[in-house]
Amino acid sequence: MAEKTFAGKTVEVTAEGYLVNKSDWSKEVAAEMAKEDGIELTDKHYEVLGYLREQEAAGASLTIRKVGKSGIVDIKGLYQLFPGGPLKLSSKYAGIAKPASCV
Amino acid sequence: MKKIVILGAGTAGTMMANKLRKALDRDEWAITIVDQFKTHYYQPGFLFIPFGIYQKEDVIKPKADFIPAGVTMIYSAIDRIEGDASKVHLDGGKVLNYDFLIVATGTKTNPDETPGLKDKLWYKEIFDFYTINGALALQKFLKGWEGGKLVMAITELPYKCPVAPLEFVFLADAYFTGLGIRDKVEITYVTPMPGAFTKPVATKMLSELLAEKNIEVIPDFYIERVDNDEKKLISYDEKEIDFDVLTVVPVNMGDEMIERSGLGDDLNFVPTDKHTLQSVAHENIFVLGDASNIPTSKAGSVAHFAADILFENLMSAIEGRPLHAKFDGHANCYIETGFGKGALIDFNYDTEPLPGTFPLPGIGPFGLLENTKINHYGKVMFRWIYWHILLKGKELPVEPLMTMAGKKKVN
Repeated sequence: MAEKTFAGKTVEVTAEGYLVNKSDWSKEVAAEMAKEDGIELTDKHYEVLGYLREQEAAGASLTIRKVGKSGIVDIKGLYQLFPGGPLKLSSKYAGIAKPASCV
Repeated sequence: MKKIVILGAGTAGTMMANKLRKALDRDEWAITIVDQFKTHYYQPGFLFIPFGIYQKEDVIKPKADFIPAGVTMIYSAIDRIEGDASKVHLDGGKVLNYDFLIVATGTKTNPDETPGLKDKLWYKEIFDFYTINGALALQKFLKGWEGGKLVMAITELPYKCPVAPLEFVFLADAYFTGLGIRDKVEITYVTPMPGAFTKPVATKMLSELLAEKNIEVIPDFYIERVDNDEKKLISYDEKEIDFDVLTVVPVNMGDEMIERSGLGDDLNFVPTDKHTLQSVAHENIFVLGDASNIPTSKAGSVAHFAADILFENLMSAIEGRPLHAKFDGHANCYIETGFGKGALIDFNYDTEPLPGTFPLPGIGPFGLLENTKINHYGKVMFRWIYWHILLKGKELPVEPLMTMAGKKKVN
Protein backbone atom coordinates (compact mmCIF):
# COMPACT_ATOMS: atom_id res chain seq x y z
CA MET A 1 0.00 0.00 0.00
CA ALA A 2 1.12 3.51 -0.69
CA GLU A 3 -0.16 6.94 0.24
CA LYS A 4 -0.97 9.76 -2.12
CA THR A 5 -2.27 13.24 -1.76
CA PHE A 6 -5.20 14.31 -3.92
CA ALA A 7 -7.00 17.63 -3.51
CA GLY A 8 -5.18 18.28 -0.26
CA LYS A 9 -6.21 14.91 1.20
CA THR A 10 -3.85 12.02 1.96
CA VAL A 11 -5.37 8.71 0.87
CA GLU A 12 -4.23 5.10 0.76
CA VAL A 13 -3.88 3.59 -2.71
CA THR A 14 -2.97 0.17 -4.12
CA ALA A 15 0.20 -0.43 -6.12
CA GLU A 16 -1.82 0.32 -9.25
CA GLY A 17 -3.24 3.54 -7.87
CA TYR A 18 -6.75 2.42 -6.89
CA LEU A 19 -8.28 3.87 -3.70
CA VAL A 20 -8.12 1.43 -0.78
CA ASN A 21 -11.05 3.09 1.05
CA LYS A 22 -14.07 3.94 -1.07
CA SER A 23 -15.04 6.60 1.47
CA ASP A 24 -11.96 8.65 0.49
CA TRP A 25 -13.56 9.39 -2.88
CA SER A 26 -14.78 12.82 -3.90
CA LYS A 27 -15.22 14.55 -7.25
CA GLU A 28 -12.04 16.51 -6.57
CA VAL A 29 -10.02 13.37 -5.80
CA ALA A 30 -11.34 11.85 -9.06
CA ALA A 31 -10.35 14.94 -11.03
CA GLU A 32 -6.79 14.87 -9.72
CA MET A 33 -6.40 11.14 -10.29
CA ALA A 34 -7.51 11.59 -13.91
CA LYS A 35 -5.24 14.60 -14.38
CA GLU A 36 -2.24 12.38 -13.51
CA ASP A 37 -3.17 10.28 -16.57
CA GLY A 38 -3.69 13.38 -18.69
CA ILE A 39 -7.51 13.20 -18.68
CA GLU A 40 -9.65 16.26 -17.91
CA LEU A 41 -12.95 15.06 -16.38
CA THR A 42 -16.14 16.48 -17.90
CA ASP A 43 -19.80 16.10 -16.82
CA LYS A 44 -20.05 13.04 -19.07
CA HIS A 45 -17.09 11.46 -17.28
CA TYR A 46 -18.73 12.11 -13.91
CA GLU A 47 -21.97 10.57 -15.12
CA VAL A 48 -20.08 7.37 -15.93
CA LEU A 49 -18.27 7.44 -12.57
CA GLY A 50 -21.57 7.92 -10.75
CA TYR A 51 -23.09 4.98 -12.61
CA LEU A 52 -20.13 2.76 -11.76
CA ARG A 53 -20.29 3.69 -8.06
CA GLU A 54 -24.03 3.00 -7.98
CA GLN A 55 -23.72 -0.38 -9.70
CA GLU A 56 -20.77 -1.38 -7.56
CA ALA A 57 -22.67 -0.49 -4.36
CA ALA A 58 -25.56 -2.66 -5.62
CA GLY A 59 -23.13 -5.59 -5.94
CA ALA A 60 -23.26 -5.81 -9.74
CA SER A 61 -20.27 -7.08 -11.67
CA LEU A 62 -19.07 -4.43 -14.05
CA THR A 63 -18.21 -4.94 -17.68
CA ILE A 64 -17.60 -2.61 -20.60
CA ARG A 65 -20.68 -4.11 -22.23
CA LYS A 66 -22.81 -3.25 -19.20
CA VAL A 67 -21.66 0.38 -19.21
CA GLY A 68 -22.34 0.44 -22.96
CA LYS A 69 -25.95 -0.56 -22.27
CA SER A 70 -26.39 1.96 -19.44
CA GLY A 71 -27.84 4.65 -21.68
CA ILE A 72 -25.13 7.11 -20.56
CA VAL A 73 -22.57 6.35 -23.22
CA ASP A 74 -22.00 3.62 -25.81
CA ILE A 75 -18.85 1.49 -25.82
CA LYS A 76 -17.15 3.62 -28.44
CA GLY A 77 -17.92 6.74 -26.46
CA LEU A 78 -16.56 5.10 -23.33
CA TYR A 79 -13.25 4.44 -25.11
CA GLN A 80 -13.13 8.09 -26.15
CA LEU A 81 -13.72 9.25 -22.58
CA PHE A 82 -11.14 6.88 -21.08
CA PRO A 83 -8.63 6.06 -23.84
CA GLY A 84 -6.64 2.83 -23.54
CA GLY A 85 -8.46 1.11 -20.69
CA PRO A 86 -12.04 2.32 -20.37
CA LEU A 87 -13.15 0.12 -17.49
CA LYS A 88 -9.80 0.03 -15.69
CA LEU A 89 -9.44 3.83 -15.78
CA SER A 90 -13.07 4.69 -15.05
CA SER A 91 -13.12 2.27 -12.10
CA LYS A 92 -9.97 3.91 -10.76
CA TYR A 93 -11.45 7.42 -10.96
CA ALA A 94 -14.75 6.14 -9.53
CA GLY A 95 -12.84 5.03 -6.43
CA ILE A 96 -13.87 1.40 -6.75
CA ALA A 97 -11.69 -1.70 -7.03
CA LYS A 98 -9.88 -2.66 -10.21
CA PRO A 99 -12.25 -4.79 -12.30
CA ALA A 100 -11.38 -8.45 -11.89
CA SER A 101 -11.67 -10.93 -14.72
CA CYS A 102 -12.57 -14.19 -13.16
CA VAL A 103 -11.56 -16.50 -15.94
CA MET B 1 -45.45 -36.51 -4.52
CA LYS B 2 -42.86 -33.73 -4.36
CA LYS B 3 -41.14 -32.55 -7.50
CA ILE B 4 -37.66 -31.55 -8.60
CA VAL B 5 -37.30 -30.17 -12.12
CA ILE B 6 -33.91 -29.85 -13.83
CA LEU B 7 -33.67 -27.57 -16.86
CA GLY B 8 -30.91 -28.64 -19.24
CA ALA B 9 -29.51 -32.15 -19.76
CA GLY B 10 -25.92 -31.16 -20.47
CA THR B 11 -22.96 -31.97 -18.23
CA ALA B 12 -24.35 -30.20 -15.14
CA GLY B 13 -28.00 -31.27 -15.40
CA THR B 14 -27.18 -34.89 -16.22
CA MET B 15 -24.78 -35.22 -13.26
CA MET B 16 -27.41 -33.74 -10.94
CA ALA B 17 -30.17 -36.07 -12.21
CA ASN B 18 -27.95 -39.06 -11.43
CA LYS B 19 -26.92 -37.86 -7.96
CA LEU B 20 -30.45 -36.95 -6.93
CA ARG B 21 -32.11 -40.12 -8.20
CA LYS B 22 -29.69 -42.19 -6.14
CA ALA B 23 -30.29 -40.15 -3.00
CA LEU B 24 -34.03 -39.47 -3.02
CA ASP B 25 -36.86 -41.93 -2.32
CA ARG B 26 -38.72 -42.73 -5.54
CA ASP B 27 -42.06 -42.86 -3.74
CA GLU B 28 -41.55 -39.39 -2.35
CA TRP B 29 -39.75 -37.41 -5.07
CA ALA B 30 -40.41 -37.18 -8.79
CA ILE B 31 -37.46 -35.91 -10.83
CA THR B 32 -37.96 -34.45 -14.30
CA ILE B 33 -35.27 -33.18 -16.66
CA VAL B 34 -35.99 -31.04 -19.72
CA ASP B 35 -33.84 -30.44 -22.80
CA GLN B 36 -34.73 -29.62 -26.38
CA PHE B 37 -31.87 -31.64 -27.92
CA LYS B 38 -31.39 -35.42 -28.01
CA THR B 39 -27.63 -35.49 -28.53
CA HIS B 40 -25.07 -35.09 -25.76
CA TYR B 41 -21.82 -33.57 -27.04
CA TYR B 42 -18.49 -34.16 -25.36
CA GLN B 43 -17.60 -30.50 -25.69
CA PRO B 44 -13.93 -30.74 -24.60
CA GLY B 45 -13.49 -32.86 -27.75
CA PHE B 46 -14.54 -30.06 -30.13
CA LEU B 47 -11.06 -28.56 -29.81
CA PHE B 48 -9.50 -31.63 -31.47
CA ILE B 49 -11.84 -31.74 -34.46
CA PRO B 50 -10.30 -28.89 -36.52
CA PHE B 51 -6.98 -30.77 -36.52
CA GLY B 52 -8.53 -34.11 -37.45
CA ILE B 53 -7.56 -35.68 -34.10
CA TYR B 54 -11.23 -36.39 -33.30
CA GLN B 55 -14.13 -36.89 -35.70
CA LYS B 56 -17.79 -36.18 -35.08
CA GLU B 57 -18.53 -39.72 -33.89
CA ASP B 58 -15.90 -39.35 -31.15
CA VAL B 59 -17.86 -36.63 -29.38
CA ILE B 60 -21.56 -37.60 -29.58
CA LYS B 61 -23.84 -39.99 -27.71
CA PRO B 62 -27.60 -39.94 -27.06
CA LYS B 63 -28.52 -37.92 -23.96
CA ALA B 64 -30.95 -40.67 -23.02
CA ASP B 65 -28.03 -43.07 -22.34
CA PHE B 66 -27.06 -40.99 -19.30
CA ILE B 67 -30.46 -40.29 -17.74
CA PRO B 68 -31.11 -42.87 -15.00
CA ALA B 69 -34.26 -44.96 -14.70
CA GLY B 70 -36.76 -43.19 -12.49
CA VAL B 71 -36.07 -39.76 -13.99
CA THR B 72 -38.58 -38.40 -16.52
CA MET B 73 -36.84 -36.97 -19.58
CA ILE B 74 -38.84 -34.42 -21.57
CA TYR B 75 -37.51 -33.27 -24.95
CA SER B 76 -38.92 -29.80 -25.34
CA ALA B 77 -37.85 -26.19 -25.64
CA ILE B 78 -38.59 -24.10 -22.54
CA ASP B 79 -40.67 -20.97 -22.77
CA ARG B 80 -40.02 -19.52 -19.32
CA ILE B 81 -39.71 -20.02 -15.58
CA GLU B 82 -42.40 -18.42 -13.44
CA GLY B 83 -40.38 -18.20 -10.23
CA ASP B 84 -43.08 -16.66 -8.02
CA ALA B 85 -45.48 -19.50 -8.85
CA SER B 86 -42.81 -22.27 -8.92
CA LYS B 87 -43.80 -23.27 -12.43
CA VAL B 88 -41.94 -23.91 -15.70
CA HIS B 89 -43.79 -23.25 -18.95
CA LEU B 90 -42.65 -25.40 -21.84
CA ASP B 91 -43.10 -24.57 -25.51
CA GLY B 92 -46.51 -25.78 -26.58
CA GLY B 93 -48.14 -24.83 -23.29
CA LYS B 94 -47.25 -27.73 -21.00
CA VAL B 95 -46.65 -26.58 -17.41
CA LEU B 96 -44.35 -28.26 -14.86
CA ASN B 97 -44.80 -27.46 -11.17
CA TYR B 98 -41.82 -27.85 -8.90
CA ASP B 99 -40.81 -27.79 -5.25
CA PHE B 100 -37.19 -27.21 -6.27
CA LEU B 101 -35.79 -26.15 -9.61
CA ILE B 102 -32.24 -26.61 -10.86
CA VAL B 103 -31.29 -24.34 -13.75
CA ALA B 104 -28.52 -25.93 -15.84
CA THR B 105 -29.16 -24.39 -19.24
CA GLY B 106 -25.53 -23.46 -19.80
CA THR B 107 -24.05 -20.80 -22.01
CA LYS B 108 -23.95 -20.55 -25.78
CA THR B 109 -22.16 -18.62 -28.45
CA ASN B 110 -23.87 -15.61 -30.05
CA PRO B 111 -21.94 -14.56 -33.16
CA ASP B 112 -24.79 -12.14 -34.01
CA GLU B 113 -23.67 -9.91 -31.10
CA THR B 114 -20.56 -8.84 -33.05
CA PRO B 115 -21.27 -6.97 -36.30
CA GLY B 116 -19.68 -8.64 -39.31
CA LEU B 117 -18.96 -11.93 -37.62
CA LYS B 118 -21.82 -13.99 -39.01
CA ASP B 119 -21.52 -12.47 -42.47
CA LYS B 120 -20.33 -13.62 -45.87
CA LEU B 121 -17.08 -15.14 -44.56
CA TRP B 122 -18.81 -17.16 -41.79
CA TYR B 123 -17.73 -20.80 -42.11
CA LYS B 124 -15.73 -19.83 -45.20
CA GLU B 125 -12.81 -17.99 -43.60
CA ILE B 126 -14.28 -17.18 -40.18
CA PHE B 127 -14.97 -20.07 -37.79
CA ASP B 128 -15.80 -20.90 -34.23
CA PHE B 129 -14.88 -24.25 -32.68
CA TYR B 130 -17.44 -24.13 -29.87
CA THR B 131 -20.10 -25.80 -31.99
CA ILE B 132 -19.92 -29.10 -33.81
CA ASN B 133 -20.67 -27.41 -37.14
CA GLY B 134 -18.01 -24.75 -36.63
CA ALA B 135 -15.38 -27.33 -35.65
CA LEU B 136 -16.18 -29.52 -38.67
CA ALA B 137 -16.19 -26.58 -41.10
CA LEU B 138 -12.80 -25.49 -39.77
CA GLN B 139 -11.42 -29.02 -40.16
CA LYS B 140 -12.45 -29.02 -43.81
CA PHE B 141 -10.97 -25.56 -44.38
CA LEU B 142 -7.62 -26.33 -42.73
CA LYS B 143 -7.13 -29.46 -44.84
CA GLY B 144 -6.80 -27.30 -47.94
CA TRP B 145 -5.16 -24.22 -46.46
CA GLU B 146 -1.66 -23.38 -47.59
CA GLY B 147 -0.79 -20.77 -44.98
CA GLY B 148 -1.13 -17.10 -44.14
CA LYS B 149 -2.35 -15.13 -41.14
CA LEU B 150 -4.28 -17.21 -38.61
CA VAL B 151 -5.92 -15.06 -35.94
CA MET B 152 -7.51 -16.54 -32.82
CA ALA B 153 -9.70 -13.85 -31.23
CA ILE B 154 -11.84 -13.63 -28.08
CA THR B 155 -14.75 -11.19 -28.33
CA GLU B 156 -16.04 -10.93 -24.78
CA LEU B 157 -15.70 -12.21 -21.21
CA PRO B 158 -16.77 -14.52 -19.71
CA TYR B 159 -16.60 -17.43 -22.14
CA LYS B 160 -16.80 -21.16 -21.84
CA CYS B 161 -13.57 -23.04 -21.14
CA PRO B 162 -11.16 -20.11 -20.76
CA VAL B 163 -8.11 -22.14 -21.79
CA ALA B 164 -9.60 -23.49 -25.05
CA PRO B 165 -8.41 -20.66 -27.34
CA LEU B 166 -4.90 -21.04 -25.91
CA GLU B 167 -5.03 -24.77 -26.56
CA PHE B 168 -6.24 -23.99 -30.06
CA VAL B 169 -3.17 -21.93 -30.94
CA PHE B 170 -0.82 -24.47 -29.33
CA LEU B 171 -2.41 -27.29 -31.33
CA ALA B 172 -2.38 -25.15 -34.49
CA ASP B 173 1.38 -24.61 -34.05
CA ALA B 174 1.89 -28.39 -33.79
CA TYR B 175 -0.50 -29.10 -36.69
CA PHE B 176 1.21 -26.75 -39.15
CA THR B 177 4.62 -27.96 -37.98
CA GLY B 178 3.50 -31.50 -38.78
CA LEU B 179 2.40 -30.43 -42.25
CA GLY B 180 5.74 -28.76 -42.81
CA ILE B 181 4.20 -25.30 -43.37
CA ARG B 182 4.66 -23.68 -39.94
CA ASP B 183 7.00 -21.10 -41.51
CA LYS B 184 4.15 -20.03 -43.82
CA VAL B 185 1.67 -19.49 -40.98
CA GLU B 186 1.58 -16.46 -38.70
CA ILE B 187 -0.38 -17.24 -35.53
CA THR B 188 -1.80 -14.34 -33.50
CA TYR B 189 -3.77 -14.53 -30.23
CA VAL B 190 -6.12 -11.57 -29.68
CA THR B 191 -7.75 -11.02 -26.28
CA PRO B 192 -9.67 -8.24 -24.47
CA MET B 193 -7.74 -9.23 -21.34
CA PRO B 194 -4.46 -7.54 -20.39
CA GLY B 195 -2.52 -10.78 -20.99
CA ALA B 196 -2.73 -14.41 -22.12
CA PHE B 197 -4.54 -15.33 -18.90
CA THR B 198 -5.93 -13.30 -16.02
CA LYS B 199 -3.93 -14.60 -13.10
CA PRO B 200 -0.23 -13.56 -12.90
CA VAL B 201 1.58 -16.87 -12.27
CA ALA B 202 -0.29 -18.77 -14.99
CA THR B 203 0.04 -15.81 -17.38
CA LYS B 204 3.82 -15.85 -16.98
CA MET B 205 4.05 -19.59 -17.69
CA LEU B 206 1.67 -19.42 -20.65
CA SER B 207 3.26 -16.27 -22.11
CA GLU B 208 6.64 -17.97 -22.12
CA LEU B 209 5.15 -20.98 -23.86
CA LEU B 210 3.44 -18.74 -26.46
CA ALA B 211 6.70 -16.90 -27.14
CA GLU B 212 8.60 -20.19 -27.43
CA LYS B 213 6.11 -21.33 -30.08
CA ASN B 214 6.32 -18.03 -31.93
CA ILE B 215 2.68 -17.06 -31.29
CA GLU B 216 2.09 -13.33 -31.03
CA VAL B 217 -0.26 -12.08 -28.28
CA ILE B 218 -2.26 -8.86 -28.79
CA PRO B 219 -3.83 -7.96 -25.41
CA ASP B 220 -6.43 -5.28 -24.52
CA PHE B 221 -8.13 -5.62 -27.90
CA TYR B 222 -11.91 -5.30 -27.55
CA ILE B 223 -13.55 -6.18 -30.87
CA GLU B 224 -16.20 -3.82 -32.19
CA ARG B 225 -16.72 -5.39 -35.61
CA VAL B 226 -15.27 -7.53 -38.36
CA ASP B 227 -14.69 -6.08 -41.82
CA ASN B 228 -15.38 -8.92 -44.28
CA ASP B 229 -14.13 -7.08 -47.38
CA GLU B 230 -10.80 -5.97 -45.97
CA LYS B 231 -10.54 -9.04 -43.69
CA LYS B 232 -9.79 -7.01 -40.59
CA LEU B 233 -10.76 -7.01 -36.94
CA ILE B 234 -11.58 -3.51 -35.72
CA SER B 235 -11.56 -2.58 -32.03
CA TYR B 236 -13.65 0.05 -30.24
CA ASP B 237 -10.61 2.29 -30.09
CA GLU B 238 -10.08 1.84 -33.84
CA LYS B 239 -7.09 -0.45 -33.85
CA GLU B 240 -7.02 -2.98 -36.70
CA ILE B 241 -5.74 -6.54 -37.15
CA ASP B 242 -5.54 -8.26 -40.57
CA PHE B 243 -6.40 -11.92 -40.95
CA ASP B 244 -6.57 -14.56 -43.67
CA VAL B 245 -8.45 -16.97 -41.46
CA LEU B 246 -10.18 -15.99 -38.24
CA THR B 247 -11.12 -18.40 -35.47
CA VAL B 248 -13.20 -16.71 -32.86
CA VAL B 249 -14.82 -17.14 -29.46
CA PRO B 250 -18.15 -15.36 -30.06
CA VAL B 251 -19.94 -13.52 -27.24
CA ASN B 252 -21.18 -16.06 -24.69
CA MET B 253 -24.65 -15.63 -23.24
CA GLY B 254 -27.05 -17.66 -21.15
CA ASP B 255 -30.23 -19.07 -22.67
CA GLU B 256 -32.88 -16.64 -23.99
CA MET B 257 -35.35 -18.46 -21.74
CA ILE B 258 -33.54 -16.90 -18.76
CA GLU B 259 -34.18 -13.46 -20.22
CA ARG B 260 -37.86 -14.28 -20.88
CA SER B 261 -38.11 -15.39 -17.24
CA GLY B 262 -36.63 -12.11 -16.00
CA LEU B 263 -33.98 -14.09 -14.14
CA GLY B 264 -30.79 -13.02 -15.90
CA ASP B 265 -28.15 -10.30 -15.89
CA ASP B 266 -27.19 -8.36 -19.03
CA LEU B 267 -25.67 -11.52 -20.54
CA ASN B 268 -28.60 -13.76 -19.43
CA PHE B 269 -26.58 -15.43 -16.69
CA VAL B 270 -28.54 -16.07 -13.48
CA PRO B 271 -27.41 -14.07 -10.43
CA THR B 272 -26.42 -16.82 -7.98
CA ASP B 273 -24.95 -16.93 -4.48
CA LYS B 274 -21.35 -17.92 -5.25
CA HIS B 275 -21.09 -20.07 -2.09
CA THR B 276 -24.50 -21.75 -1.72
CA LEU B 277 -25.37 -21.87 -5.47
CA GLN B 278 -28.93 -20.74 -4.65
CA SER B 279 -30.39 -18.18 -7.04
CA VAL B 280 -30.53 -14.67 -5.62
CA ALA B 281 -34.16 -14.20 -6.68
CA HIS B 282 -35.80 -17.42 -5.42
CA GLU B 283 -34.97 -19.71 -2.49
CA ASN B 284 -36.17 -22.83 -4.29
CA ILE B 285 -34.14 -22.25 -7.46
CA PHE B 286 -30.54 -23.45 -7.60
CA VAL B 287 -28.16 -22.86 -10.49
CA LEU B 288 -25.46 -25.26 -11.66
CA GLY B 289 -22.76 -24.89 -14.28
CA ASP B 290 -22.32 -22.23 -16.95
CA ALA B 291 -25.86 -20.81 -16.51
CA SER B 292 -24.89 -19.01 -13.29
CA ASN B 293 -23.01 -15.74 -12.89
CA ILE B 294 -20.59 -17.05 -10.22
CA PRO B 295 -17.14 -15.56 -10.72
CA THR B 296 -15.22 -18.63 -11.77
CA SER B 297 -14.49 -20.45 -15.04
CA LYS B 298 -17.38 -21.67 -17.15
CA ALA B 299 -16.19 -25.26 -17.41
CA GLY B 300 -17.26 -28.84 -16.85
CA SER B 301 -14.82 -29.28 -13.96
CA VAL B 302 -16.46 -26.38 -12.13
CA ALA B 303 -19.92 -27.87 -12.71
CA HIS B 304 -18.59 -31.19 -11.43
CA PHE B 305 -17.16 -29.75 -8.20
CA ALA B 306 -20.15 -27.45 -7.69
CA ALA B 307 -22.55 -30.39 -8.14
CA ASP B 308 -21.34 -31.91 -4.85
CA ILE B 309 -21.96 -28.62 -3.02
CA LEU B 310 -25.34 -28.03 -4.67
CA PHE B 311 -26.38 -31.58 -3.79
CA GLU B 312 -25.57 -31.05 -0.09
CA ASN B 313 -27.36 -27.72 0.01
CA LEU B 314 -30.43 -29.07 -1.78
CA MET B 315 -30.62 -31.90 0.78
CA SER B 316 -30.43 -29.27 3.53
CA ALA B 317 -33.11 -27.14 1.86
CA ILE B 318 -35.40 -30.17 1.51
CA GLU B 319 -35.09 -30.81 5.25
CA GLY B 320 -35.47 -27.14 6.08
CA ARG B 321 -31.93 -26.81 7.44
CA PRO B 322 -29.58 -23.89 6.72
CA LEU B 323 -27.37 -24.25 3.61
CA HIS B 324 -24.03 -25.06 5.18
CA ALA B 325 -21.99 -26.22 2.16
CA LYS B 326 -19.94 -23.44 0.60
CA PHE B 327 -18.57 -23.60 -2.93
CA ASP B 328 -15.09 -22.13 -3.40
CA GLY B 329 -15.08 -21.72 -7.18
CA HIS B 330 -12.78 -24.72 -7.67
CA ALA B 331 -11.70 -25.22 -11.30
CA ASN B 332 -9.29 -27.76 -12.76
CA CYS B 333 -8.28 -27.46 -16.39
CA TYR B 334 -5.99 -29.44 -18.63
CA ILE B 335 -4.28 -27.31 -21.23
CA GLU B 336 -3.20 -29.15 -24.38
CA THR B 337 0.03 -27.57 -25.54
CA GLY B 338 0.76 -29.68 -28.63
CA PHE B 339 3.39 -32.32 -29.49
CA GLY B 340 1.86 -34.80 -27.02
CA LYS B 341 2.26 -32.54 -24.00
CA GLY B 342 -0.09 -30.71 -21.70
CA ALA B 343 -0.24 -28.42 -18.69
CA LEU B 344 -2.68 -28.45 -15.78
CA ILE B 345 -4.09 -25.66 -13.62
CA ASP B 346 -6.08 -25.95 -10.38
CA PHE B 347 -7.54 -22.86 -8.69
CA ASN B 348 -10.54 -21.24 -6.99
CA TYR B 349 -12.12 -17.85 -6.16
CA ASP B 350 -9.21 -16.86 -3.91
CA THR B 351 -6.18 -18.87 -5.03
CA GLU B 352 -4.69 -18.36 -8.47
CA PRO B 353 -3.20 -21.32 -10.38
CA LEU B 354 0.09 -22.31 -8.70
CA PRO B 355 2.82 -24.83 -9.55
CA GLY B 356 2.95 -28.21 -7.80
CA THR B 357 1.52 -31.72 -8.22
CA PHE B 358 -2.07 -33.03 -8.54
CA PRO B 359 -4.02 -34.71 -7.08
CA LEU B 360 -1.48 -36.29 -4.69
CA PRO B 361 0.92 -33.86 -2.96
CA GLY B 362 4.52 -34.50 -4.04
CA ILE B 363 3.51 -37.47 -6.21
CA GLY B 364 1.12 -36.27 -8.88
CA PRO B 365 1.00 -37.93 -11.29
CA PHE B 366 0.05 -34.61 -12.87
CA GLY B 367 2.28 -31.54 -12.73
CA LEU B 368 0.57 -28.20 -12.11
CA LEU B 369 1.72 -25.36 -14.40
CA GLU B 370 4.21 -27.75 -15.97
CA ASN B 371 4.30 -28.85 -19.58
CA THR B 372 4.49 -32.65 -19.47
CA LYS B 373 3.49 -35.76 -21.42
CA ILE B 374 1.57 -37.23 -18.49
CA ASN B 375 -0.72 -34.17 -18.35
CA HIS B 376 -1.57 -34.79 -22.00
CA TYR B 377 -2.47 -38.41 -21.22
CA GLY B 378 -4.69 -37.08 -18.42
CA LYS B 379 -6.65 -35.13 -20.99
CA VAL B 380 -6.81 -38.07 -23.39
CA MET B 381 -8.09 -40.39 -20.62
CA PHE B 382 -10.58 -37.81 -19.49
CA ARG B 383 -13.00 -38.52 -22.35
CA TRP B 384 -13.49 -42.04 -21.00
CA ILE B 385 -13.89 -40.73 -17.45
CA TYR B 386 -16.45 -38.19 -18.68
CA TRP B 387 -18.75 -40.71 -20.35
CA HIS B 388 -18.40 -43.52 -17.80
CA ILE B 389 -17.95 -41.84 -14.42
CA LEU B 390 -18.55 -38.11 -14.40
CA LEU B 391 -21.92 -37.87 -16.18
CA LYS B 392 -23.27 -40.77 -14.16
CA GLY B 393 -22.58 -38.88 -10.96
CA LYS B 394 -20.08 -41.43 -9.65
CA GLU B 395 -17.25 -40.44 -7.34
CA LEU B 396 -13.85 -39.37 -8.70
CA PRO B 397 -10.79 -39.42 -6.43
CA VAL B 398 -10.70 -35.61 -6.39
CA GLU B 399 -12.18 -33.43 -3.63
CA PRO B 400 -14.79 -30.82 -4.61
CA LEU B 401 -13.07 -28.01 -2.70
CA MET B 402 -9.60 -26.94 -3.79
CA THR B 403 -6.71 -27.94 -1.55
CA MET B 404 -3.34 -26.22 -1.07
CA ALA B 405 -1.71 -29.64 -0.50
CA GLY B 406 0.75 -30.23 -3.34
CA LYS B 407 0.84 -26.56 -4.36
CA LYS B 408 3.87 -24.29 -4.03
CA LYS B 409 3.36 -20.68 -3.06
CA VAL B 410 4.95 -18.20 -5.46
CA ASN B 411 5.80 -14.67 -4.40
